[in-house]
Amino acid sequence: MAYEVVIGLEVHTELKTKSKIFCGCSTTFGASQNTNVCPVCLGLPGVLPVFNAKVLEFAVRTGLALNCEILPFSKFDRKNYYYPDLPKNFQTSQYDLPIAVNGHLDIEVNGETRRIGITRVHMEEDAGKLVHAGSVTKSDYALVDYNRTGVPLLEIVSEPDIRSEEEAKAYLEKIKAILQYVDVSDCKMEEGSLRCDANISLRPEGATKFGTKSELKNLNSFKAVQKGLEYETLRQTDILEDGGKVIQETRSWDDAKGVTLTMRNKEQAEDYRYFPEPDLVPIVVDPVWVEEVRKNLPELPEARKARLMNDYGLSSYDAEMITTSRAMADYYDAAVAAGADAKLAANWLMGEVSRSLNNAAQSIESCPVTPEKLAGLIALIAKGTISGKIAKTVLEGMWSSGKDAAAIVQEEGLVQISNEGEIIAIVERILAANPQSVADFKAGKEKAIGFLVGQVMKETKGRANPEVVNKLLRERM
Amino acid sequence: MELYKLTAHELQQKLQTKEVTAVEVAEAVYNRIDAVENKVQAFISLTKDRALEQARRVDEKIKTNTALSPLAGIPGALKDNICVQGTKTTCASQILENFVPPYDATVTEKLVDADTVVVGKANMDEFAMGSSTENSAFKVSRNPWDTDTVPGGSSGGSAAAVASGEAIWALGSDTGGSIRLPAAYCGVVGLKPTYGRVSRYGLVAYASSLDQIGPITRDVTDCALVMNAIAGYDHRDSTSINTPVPDYTKSLVKDIGGLKIGLPKEYFVAGMDPEVEKAVYAAIEQLKALGADYKEVSMPHTEYALATYYMVATAEASSNLSRYVGVGFGHRGQGDDLISMATKTRTEGFGDEVRRRIMLGNYALSSGYYDAYYLKALKVRTLIKRDFDKAFEDVDVLVAPIAPTTAFKIGEKVNDPLAMYLQDVCTVPVNLAGVPAISLPCGFKGHLPIGLQIIGKPLGETTVLQAAYAFEQSNDYHKRLAPLGGE
Repeated sequence: MAYEVVIGLEVHTELKTKSKIFCGCSTTFGASQNTNVCPVCLGLPGVLPVFNAKVLEFAVRTGLALNCEILPFSKFDRKNYYYPDLPKNFQTSQYDLPIAVNGHLDIEVNGETRRIGITRVHMEEDAGKLVHAGSVTKSDYALVDYNRTGVPLLEIVSEPDIRSEEEAKAYLEKIKAILQYVDVSDCKMEEGSLRCDANISLRPEGATKFGTKSELKNLNSFKAVQKGLEYETLRQTDILEDGGKVIQETRSWDDAKGVTLTMRNKEQAEDYRYFPEPDLVPIVVDPVWVEEVRKNLPELPEARKARLMNDYGLSSYDAEMITTSRAMADYYDAAVAAGADAKLAANWLMGEVSRSLNNAAQSIESCPVTPEKLAGLIALIAKGTISGKIAKTVLEGMWSSGKDAAAIVQEEGLVQISNEGEIIAIVERILAANPQSVADFKAGKEKAIGFLVGQVMKETKGRANPEVVNKLLRERM
Repeated sequence: MELYKLTAHELQQKLQTKEVTAVEVAEAVYNRIDAVENKVQAFISLTKDRALEQARRVDEKIKTNTALSPLAGIPGALKDNICVQGTKTTCASQILENFVPPYDATVTEKLVDADTVVVGKANMDEFAMGSSTENSAFKVSRNPWDTDTVPGGSSGGSAAAVASGEAIWALGSDTGGSIRLPAAYCGVVGLKPTYGRVSRYGLVAYASSLDQIGPITRDVTDCALVMNAIAGYDHRDSTSINTPVPDYTKSLVKDIGGLKIGLPKEYFVAGMDPEVEKAVYAAIEQLKALGADYKEVSMPHTEYALATYYMVATAEASSNLSRYVGVGFGHRGQGDDLISMATKTRTEGFGDEVRRRIMLGNYALSSGYYDAYYLKALKVRTLIKRDFDKAFEDVDVLVAPIAPTTAFKIGEKVNDPLAMYLQDVCTVPVNLAGVPAISLPCGFKGHLPIGLQIIGKPLGETTVLQAAYAFEQSNDYHKRLAPLGGE
C-alpha cells in the first residue's frame, strides 16, 4: 500500500535580546559557567519574574512575519516538570493563550509552492545546561550551568501540513530565513539557538484520518531533521506493511547510528499540570502598536526575491539562493548599491565569494571583503581592466590583505592587455612553435584553438584579454 | 513604664525628645526576650548584633538632628519567610534550615531605609501553611495570653512577639488569614493589605495569587505607621499596584459618622462560638453608636470559599515548592541518582502539612482532574469576588468575625486537618477577593482575646483603618497586656 507522510514541526528559537526574559541578566553565549545569573533566574526562594518587553516585540514581529493573528489578550502559564537544569522545576511558558496564532508560510519544493499552516507562536524561558564529567552514563555526577536559564525562546508550531522530509527541510530553511530577516534570532543550530522537534505519522494515501504519530527529539541540525524523518518514515512503513501498529511515543534521533530510539511511551508521558502563572499579569497588546510593528517590518524573503528578479533580472534560482539568508541578501544589495553590475555581483557572490567563505569556514557577516570592495572588483571586470581569471587572483589578495581591488591590480601589474599590438608578437611566436595544433585547427578541430589560447595566456601570465587572443589567432590561421 | 510595653508611636515620641536612646529601646526589647522567650517561643533566630548596630546608627542621626522616619529605632520582628540578606530565612522548614538569601526582600529594604531595628525572624507554620504555628519544624510558639494555647497561624511567632513585648511591631504574611488569625488570638492588630499594595518580592511564596505581607502591631496607629513604610509599587513585583500610597495616618480620625457598614450573615457559620458572635454584634452596636449606618448583606458564595481556597492555594503551592529538590540551594538528601536525591530531600525536608498540600495541589492540577477541581475553583473565586463587588455597592466596609472560636489548646487540632482548616473560614474569602481586611481586639472570652474583622474595598485600607481606629479608641482592649510573667 502507498502511504502519505504527515509531519508537523515544533521549532524553538532563542531570541537575541540583550537580557533574559524575566530578569536583567545578559544572554551572551559562551560566558564562563554560572556568571550570567541572579536570584531571579536561579529561582531562589522569594524571587519574582518581570517580563522583558523586548521579548514581546520580537514575538509580535515574528508572528506578523509568519502571517499570524496577534492575540490582544494572552498570558503566561507554568509548565511543571522536574529536571535539574530547570531551577524552579517549572518552565514559564504560554499554554492556551499564546501571543500569535493561525499563520502560514509558503515553501517551494521541486518547483511546487505549498502553504504550511502555523498553529501558534509562543514565548517561554530556556532551561540551563547539564555538564557531565566524561560521558552521561559513566559520570558519577552532573554539574549545572544556569547561564542559559531564562534566555527567551519562541516556540513555533506548524500544522501537520508537511508531507516529506524535503518539505520539512524547506520549511525549516524558510523559518530560519524569516527569523533572521525580522532580526530576532541568530538561528545558530550549533549553539542551540535553533532547535527542532518533529511529529510524524503515516496514513494510507487518500485517507483523511491521521495515523498514530511519534515525536522525534534531538534533531540538532537540518540534516538530522531530514535523516531522522527519512528513517522514521521507513520504520513506520515497515511496521504498517507487516500489519503492525505504530505506538504513540517520543523517540530520540541517534545521529551517530542513524536511527531513532524509544525515549518514553504514552504512559510515561509527563503530565505538565499547566496553570496560569500567578506571578505575572496577562499580556494585553495594543492593536495600534501591533500595526506600528507591522509597518516597521523589514522586507521579507519572498518580497525580496521578487524584487531581485524584477529589478535586476536575476533568475528565480539565483534570487532564491541570495535571499535565503538575510545577511547574504544585504551583502548583495550593498554591492549593487555601490555600483556593481547586478548579474556579475550575483555570480561572484554565489561563486567565488561563497566558495572562499566555505573554505575559510566564515559567514557572510564576517566576510573580509566588504560589498563595496567587491563592487570595486566587479567594476574592473566590467570595464575590461582585468579578466575574470585575474579577478579571482585579485579577490584572494583582497581577502588576505583587505586592500581595494584597484590597488592590488596596480601594485601587481595585473591590468589586462587588450592592445592587439602588445599581443601580436606573442601570438605569432606561439603559432610558430605549435604547428601540429595549427594543422589540427585547419583540419576542422575547433578544440585546438583552446590549447593555443592557453599558451598565449600562460605566456602573458593570464593578463592577455582572451577574446582579443582568440580573435588574433583565428585571423592568423 | 517598661519600654517594651510601649507602642511605636509612643517610643517615637520618647526618641525624638531624647528621653531614651534607640539602643536603650533595643536593649529593653532584648531583655524582655531573655525573660520570656523560653515561654513564648516566638523567634527562630535573633539578629542582635545587627539590631544594635542599626540602633546606634539611629542614635547618631538623632544626635545630629537628622530627619528620621516615624519607625526609626523601633524594634520589630520579621516573619521568617521574608528575606533578609545575609540572615537565615528558613520558612520554619528543615528544607531551608540553612538558607541565607543573597538579597533583601523589598519590604526589608524599605524598613532598613526607614531605620527600623530588626530584632529577629519570627516563627511560623512551615511555608506559612497552618493556623496554629504548630507546623513549624523548629518549635511551637505559645499564645502569651495562655501558654497552653496556640497563638494562631501561620504568622504566630510575629503575633506572639508583639503581644508579649518581644517586638514592638512585626511583619506577617497572609495567604488565607495568616496575619489576621494570630492577631485575633493574641489580641493585637493585624492588617492584610489589598493584593498588590505591598510588594511580594523576597517573600518566599506559598500561594502567589493570595500571599500578601502586612503589619502586626499593638494598635491601629502603629499599623498605619508600618503600612506607610512598606506599601507601594515595586517594579520587581509585576502584580504590585502602581498607584500612589496615601498617608495612612490621615485615616486615624475618630469620626465615622455616615460610614456604611455591612454584616455578611453567611460569616456566622455553624460551630461559631456564641461568645464570639456576641462580641462581634456588640462591636457592631458600638460602631453604630459611633455614627455608622448598619445593614445586613448577603454573600451567597461564602460557603464555597474554604474549598476554593484549598484548591487554588495548594495548586500554586505545589508548583512554588517544586524548586526544593536539593540542587541549587537548601537541604539535600543523599541519593544514588537524581530521583532518589529529590525524593529524599523532600521527604526529609518537608513536614506533613506541607507534603499534604503539595499532594492536594498536584492532584487538583492533574490532567483529568484540572477542570473539575482547579478550573472550577477559579470560577468560584470569580463568584466570590463578585459577592464582594456587590456588597460594596451598598456598604463601605464589612464587619465580621475573624474565626469561629478563640485560641485553642496546643495539640487539639494537629491530627484533624479539616478542623484546623475551619479556623480560616472567615478569613479566606478576603484573600480570594484580594481586598484588604484588619483584625483588632473586640473583647475577651475568659482570658482569651476575640478578634473583629473589618473588610474594605480594593485599596480601601484608609477606610478600614478609619473604622478600626474609631472602634479601638472607644474601648481599651488594645491597652491590655498579655499576662505573661504575671503582670
